[in-house]
Amino acid sequence: MSEAAEAGLRLDEFPLKTVGVINRIDWDLLGEGARRLRELGFAEGVEVEPLHRGFIGRDPLACRIGRMTIAIRRVQAAAIRVSPTPA
Amino acid sequence: MKAAPLVALVGNPNAGKSSLFNALTGARQKVANYPGVTVERRSGRLVLGDGRPVELVDLPGTYSLHPASPDEAVTRDVVIGRQQGEQPPAALVIVVDASNLDHHLRFAIELIGLGLPTVVALNMVDLAARDGLTIDAGRLSALLGVPVVETVAVRRRGLDDLRAEVERLVERDQAHVVTVPPEDPGVAARARLVARDAIQSERAGRHVTRAIDGLVLSPFAGPLILAAILFVMFQAVFAWSEAPIGWIEGGMELLAGAVSSFLPDGFLRNLLVEGVINGVGSVVVFLPQILILFLFILVLEAAGYMARAAFMMDRLMAGVGLSGRAFIPLLSSFACAIPGIMATRTIDNPRDRLTTILIAPLMTCSARLPVYTLIIAAFIPARSVGPGIGLQGLVLFGLYVVGIVGAMLAALLIRRTVARGAAGGFMMELPKYQLPRLGDLALGLWQRAWMFLRRAGTIIMFSTVLLWLLASFPRVPEGSPMTQSEYSVAGRIASGIEHVVRPIGFNHEIALALIPAMAAREVAVSAIATVYAIDAPDEETATLALGERLAGRWSLPTALAFLMWFVFAPQCISTIAVTRRETNGWKWPTFMVVYLFGLAYLAAGATYWSAVALGL
Repeated sequence: MSEAAEAGLRLDEFPLKTVGVINRIDWDLLGEGARRLRELGFAEGVEVEPLHRGFIGRDPLACRIGRMTIAIRRVQAAAIRVSPTPA
Repeated sequence: MKAAPLVALVGNPNAGKSSLFNALTGARQKVANYPGVTVERRSGRLVLGDGRPVELVDLPGTYSLHPASPDEAVTRDVVIGRQQGEQPPAALVIVVDASNLDHHLRFAIELIGLGLPTVVALNMVDLAARDGLTIDAGRLSALLGVPVVETVAVRRRGLDDLRAEVERLVERDQAHVVTVPPEDPGVAARARLVARDAIQSERAGRHVTRAIDGLVLSPFAGPLILAAILFVMFQAVFAWSEAPIGWIEGGMELLAGAVSSFLPDGFLRNLLVEGVINGVGSVVVFLPQILILFLFILVLEAAGYMARAAFMMDRLMAGVGLSGRAFIPLLSSFACAIPGIMATRTIDNPRDRLTTILIAPLMTCSARLPVYTLIIAAFIPARSVGPGIGLQGLVLFGLYVVGIVGAMLAALLIRRTVARGAAGGFMMELPKYQLPRLGDLALGLWQRAWMFLRRAGTIIMFSTVLLWLLASFPRVPEGSPMTQSEYSVAGRIASGIEHVVRPIGFNHEIALALIPAMAAREVAVSAIATVYAIDAPDEETATLALGERLAGRWSLPTALAFLMWFVFAPQCISTIAVTRRETNGWKWPTFMVVYLFGLAYLAAGATYWSAVALGL
């Protein structure tokens, strides 16, 4: 597998209504928001599905994590790498 | 006498904690504040099967024992028995949302790790079933090592079982002080494992929430739906309140008539009719509007829509340096800035929160409505400017817009000066949609109505009566060219203020009304009413409607300047007090008062000068 495929796509660029798996989160990039994100269920190996975007500037982004819907901003989503789940 | 043992209700936000609390305690609730901090303490009495009472306290929704906000710090401190002024808990009731098990178990496992007597309320099992989830409560209990009770708070299911478990836990009747272990990074993974093990079957549910979100959050329909909801809400505030306002006015008239016929003409009758009934009555008529606004906010909140509104507004708010989370407090501020400012506690970024607090008073609160409607009715002709659009309504709408635009500009400036710093993020759970329970709505409305009536009965009545006394004495001598209100103590104080406000077009009566209006804005109306009632040369003039009398005495530029003043002026001591409490000191309330009075003076002045220049 190539390095790019392994790194996956940034969550903010991941297609809507597509289930993926978080393979890396750049916790340092998130700064003080890192812990809240973890508490909201974001973690490596967790399924994520982007669902909706805001109507201005496609920001923020609402995604399904487990059975919850969580809204985060694009800048935060950019710190999360997602791979498509194998069909 | 020993205090009843404390049982703490604790859990994630959106776990249905408050509904469970309401279901367990009914209307026997006390709402207070924790000393020194600005976190609301909701407590109520729960009587156990054996007749023993326990005090149940509903802690703010929290994600972990490692706090990020003052709310969460209090939750942790109460749980571990270190909150000042609170006895250590005899037991914990951990509320988890059955349909969000893997997520909510994270905090539950952290709490169970403290080793306190604990029961888990597996709440909203009906919603989980709707989503196609079957959970083995017995298996979950075995995995967690504590009893698990299935509940549906909104349907009153499982309450007796829960009460029985609490009864067993507080048997030993001893309080516990514990310490928080260091943060464990593996707890989330463990929670997911336990959840997977306890979930018996999982099939595709009906995904009601997902279907609704598909429409409500869509880039085209979403903003339109939000705008329509807000439009209907503000429309309803005026349309639905007409009839009840009429009843209250009628009631007040009857009361005034009854008092007049029972009491002889004299000091007591004047005090009661002019001071108490007129003064308080002119404020109480706005109860229907406040309640309608809060009804909408409570329904939207309970149904789960508010978080969606915050989601859609986030990008706009980010434009002025705030986040979508600020939307809910600001919307509440249209009813009253006090609950609005208290609602900013959910904003975890301190600079975002401070900015939101500072601009909240610019949202047109319902206390301004008495002032606005009076002046508009008196000075703005009731003619149509387009199909279905009246000029009066348009002016009122304009005042709302001026407040909102002013708030956004103020936020922009504040965020670049006194609250400078990196933008906080926006992370928010969008809860599942739910039908709100009528009982919860009724209780929420009742608590707000009671708060308003208590204010009307104390602060507003006190300041109206005090003004009546100050404006009535000393009596003006026979044949003096001065009116009674000018000659009185209040009149002399107002003369001093008049020097300052004359340049922006304010007259002596307005100067006089501004002082008691510091207690509450709406008192401006009752103050002017009181002054006219005192000055009225005869009974006939005294019964003339206030608006008609104003129209004859104020110029249009003065009236417009008066309106603009009330858009900006921080005319309410309670707001200043709550800001002091929420920001822990006098620095920010002082800043708020100065910048808002400055804005009010400039805006009123600019309005007056340009209106005069235009020859209005």
